Amino acid sequence: MSALIELSGFSKRFGDTQVLREIDLRVERGEVVVIIGPSGCGKSTLLRCLNGLEIGEGGLQFAGEALDAGSDWSRVRQRIGMVFQSYQLFPHMTVLENILLGPLQVQKRARAEVQAQAEALLTRVGLGERAGAYPRELSGGQQQRIAIVRALCMNPEVMLFDEVTAALDPEMVKEVLDVILDLADGGMTLLIVTHEMAFARAVADRILFMDEGRIAEEGEPQAFFSAPRTARAQQFLERFSYLQNVPRRK
Amino acid sequence: MPSSGLELLWQVAPQLGRGAIQTLAIALAAILCSTLGGLLYGVLGSLGRRALDALLRFYLELFRAIPLLVWLYLFFFGLPLLTGVSLSSFACAVLVLSLWGASEVGEVVRGGLQSLPRAQREAGLALGLSTWQLYRLVLIPQALKRMTPPTINVYTRLIKGSSLAVLIGVIEVIKVGQQIIERTHEHVLIYGTLFVFFFLICYPLSLASRALERRWSYA
Repeated sequence: MSALIELSGFSKRFGDTQVLREIDLRVERGEVVVIIGPSGCGKSTLLRCLNGLEIGEGGLQFAGEALDAGSDWSRVRQRIGMVFQSYQLFPHMTVLENILLGPLQVQKRARAEVQAQAEALLTRVGLGERAGAYPRELSGGQQQRIAIVRALCMNPEVMLFDEVTAALDPEMVKEVLDVILDLADGGMTLLIVTHEMAFARAVADRILFMDEGRIAEEGEPQAFFSAPRTARAQQFLERFSYLQNVPRRK
Repeated sequence: MPSSGLELLWQVAPQLGRGAIQTLAIALAAILCSTLGGLLYGVLGSLGRRALDALLRFYLELFRAIPLLVWLYLFFFGLPLLTGVSLSSFACAVLVLSLWGASEVGEVVRGGLQSLPRAQREAGLALGLSTWQLYRLVLIPQALKRMTPPTINVYTRLIKGSSLAVLIGVIEVIKVGQQIIERTHEHVLIYGTLFVFFFLICYPLSLASRALERRWSYA
């Protein structure tokens, strides 16, 4: 059986800037892949290329189907859920309307069935009571959990998380990460871009370390975090461990 | 001769009424076409296609740089000469006002759409929405609040602009007023009545604009 996502020699440039360079990557069904790396290394762009928000060059396959600029991306996107750093709920719709939009308008499913699923998912993320609220009435952590439910309600085969806790106050990070851990436990295929190293270590089956548009190193989280092989990864991780343990001023 | 102003107004009311209906018909038709045309202009202008932007820009500048009066003459007298097609003065007035209004409403719509966070568009696309669904369900409803006051401003300018139609022979309310003045020399009374007429139409529009703005004041 082919991989769910397969990139071969995949590149992306914005004008003169080469953002992704000859990426080769296979993601199997049920796998949890966490992508880390310094700002501007191309990790967000990589996610955005997978659902066609950016179009790159080279081989890109989803569930065995080759994708390029001419593909029917609307159909592909129904199978790929995406959650953004800044939640991006639609402010003029209630929580429930946000969640039902895709299933009703794009997938043309029956309202009763979708609504039951939406309510079950809301309960699962601890927001069963907020279906009628507007996004502005919710905290960042609550909005982000709704955004996850909105993507999940399309019954995607993979979820892309693009720095989904980066805009959150620290006390709200946990409630969002718990939802993602729950998804991983349920066997969902996940691609996660994050700066939360402890979380990456806890959730990942595989870590990809990106640098300057390349996958500079990859491996199991245990091995990667305890003994990174490349100098760039070592540097990067040192900066994070410093932040965990800033020395007391004299 | 009628003895009092009220009596005169009572006598000329049917005549003024017919003129008023002409004015309102032109304005209403132009408002409708401007809105539809403006939405199209605004959506096309927000797609970020360079050639399309240049074309829309050219159209906008054409209608900003050349007075409406010149456009009216151009369509009324020029079109038959150039194409052999001649439009009624009413149709001509509606067409010219609509073309102008569509470019003005269009700029408002384009600005409203471009003011939305880019990621809202991406969040919609990521759900699999088509471009049409994205605009209809996500982007335009959000931009409505910002678009409404300036759009209504264009509407009131269309209503006032409809009086230009007199110059290509449409007997609208101001022309009727002038005819009555020629007969009766009641300048103040008739122009006063016209003042009240335009005010009564345009003022509720700006009230409505403010009410809508309040109703849509989410986020």
